[in-house]
Amino acid sequence: MQLKKIKGQISLAACALLQVTSPTAQAEDNQWDVDSAVLFYSEGDGRVSAFEPAIYAGRDLEDGDRIDLRVVVDALTGASPNGAHASSVAQTFTTPSGNSSYTTKAGETPLDETFRDTRVSLGADWTMEMDRLSRLALGANFSKEYDYTSLGISASYAHDFNNRNTTLTTSLGFNSDSISPEGSIPSEFMPMVNKGFAQNRESDTETKTITDFLVGITQIVDRKTIVQLNYSFGITDGYQNDPFKIITVVDAAGLPATGAFDAFNTGDLPYVYEKRPDSRQRQNLYVKTVRHLEEDVINFSYRYYWDDWDINSHTFDLKYRYQMESSYLQPHIRYYMQSAAEFHTHNLALGTDVNQTTGKVQVDYASNDYRLAESETLTLGLKYGIPMGDNSELSMRAEIISQAVTDDNVPAGEEIPDLDAVILQVNYSFVW
Amino acid sequence: MRIICLLFAIGISGTGCSSMGVEPWERDLLAKKSMRLNADYLDNYYDEHIYFSKEATSGGQGVGGGGCGCN
Repeated sequence: MQLKKIKGQISLAACALLQVTSPTAQAEDNQWDVDSAVLFYSEGDGRVSAFEPAIYAGRDLEDGDRIDLRVVVDALTGASPNGAHASSVAQTFTTPSGNSSYTTKAGETPLDETFRDTRVSLGADWTMEMDRLSRLALGANFSKEYDYTSLGISASYAHDFNNRNTTLTTSLGFNSDSISPEGSIPSEFMPMVNKGFAQNRESDTETKTITDFLVGITQIVDRKTIVQLNYSFGITDGYQNDPFKIITVVDAAGLPATGAFDAFNTGDLPYVYEKRPDSRQRQNLYVKTVRHLEEDVINFSYRYYWDDWDINSHTFDLKYRYQMESSYLQPHIRYYMQSAAEFHTHNLALGTDVNQTTGKVQVDYASNDYRLAESETLTLGLKYGIPMGDNSELSMRAEIISQAVTDDNVPAGEEIPDLDAVILQVNYSFVW
Repeated sequence: MRIICLLFAIGISGTGCSSMGVEPWERDLLAKKSMRLNADYLDNYYDEHIYFSKEATSGGQGVGGGGCGCN
């Protein structure tokens, strides 16, 4: 009996070592481990809100195999910055469809309020036990939203050695994505055009591929400590613009060069659609440790990221699970900081970045997507979990996110407002 | 910082994994759900999705997971 118990514990620990394995693995044979959740996400100032139910289910199969399934629905609504800065004058923009326009008051950050989408995401992983010490996991995922489709496959091989205290993992993933935005793909660096005029558009659809490779090592250090170290390399090829993002072309006074652009071509507005490189090479170094402190558990990770767009970032994530009699409290803090992409710019200057005679953009790439700017994000959260029986648990999580663009080069009066968001989440996990 | 990270990586792998670890009967704490590297699976999934849509960088924990038009 005791031997059987130890064997079960060994099996569970081995599963815990594998990042390719399932999140839950406590069910008996022929039972599903189910984890369900509902998340509500809301940004301040009437920006994006999201309602996101999700369900995960996994079960052991014969011969040590395992299947894991995931379904997530994501309903989004709200307003998103269109890339133009606030200005001391009112600004008028054309909606992506080209059929209508909206005006932003002087001093306010322009937001495109037509943002609305529903996304459905499906994922499946099948983990096969190759022999006593190695496993192969094959995965597939599919997501579909109004203007975006993503199809991906992945394979991951894990091998244990050193008395199953060390696991080496190699993974390969491939995604093929396509985007078909409202009003078609805008022409790069061409002006936004007033409604009622022919819009500067290219094809209806653009595509990109994402290839990722990862190698990782997971080590049991001692009876209370696990450490994981991953290195990953990825290449994204294809269309990487945000089709809804524009950049303001400003005159010598720093104001939108409205008159000049309309003179180039009647109906042109002083905003051009962004252009990013069509290739990006990304690298990550990720380390994580989980340590048991008699009753409590501390979970810490650090990620260093760098790419050939000149972006690098540091991410620190700390969770402390404070175990109470049967329930637990888990404070969470995450800190993130990133540098700007080399082509990130707040405005394009008429006469230098943009030809004063023709209105043509003279730089290779430019974007004023705030997500490519120098920024930092701080997240503070608290989770409370309580068992609801032998194999079920109810938990609630609340977090606040504060994001700020830390770039000092933003012209006065055009500062990008901080983003504040709230996460509320309820989970219920059980065995079925 | 990159150099520090690389040194850490080499340190972890080079100090001799064989000198670390436990015997099978010492895995009682490691077998707990709270000791899993991805214990909060759906929390982690949500977080990856949220930060992917708000920040320029992502990844590190694994490959795949599905694309999104949010960034």
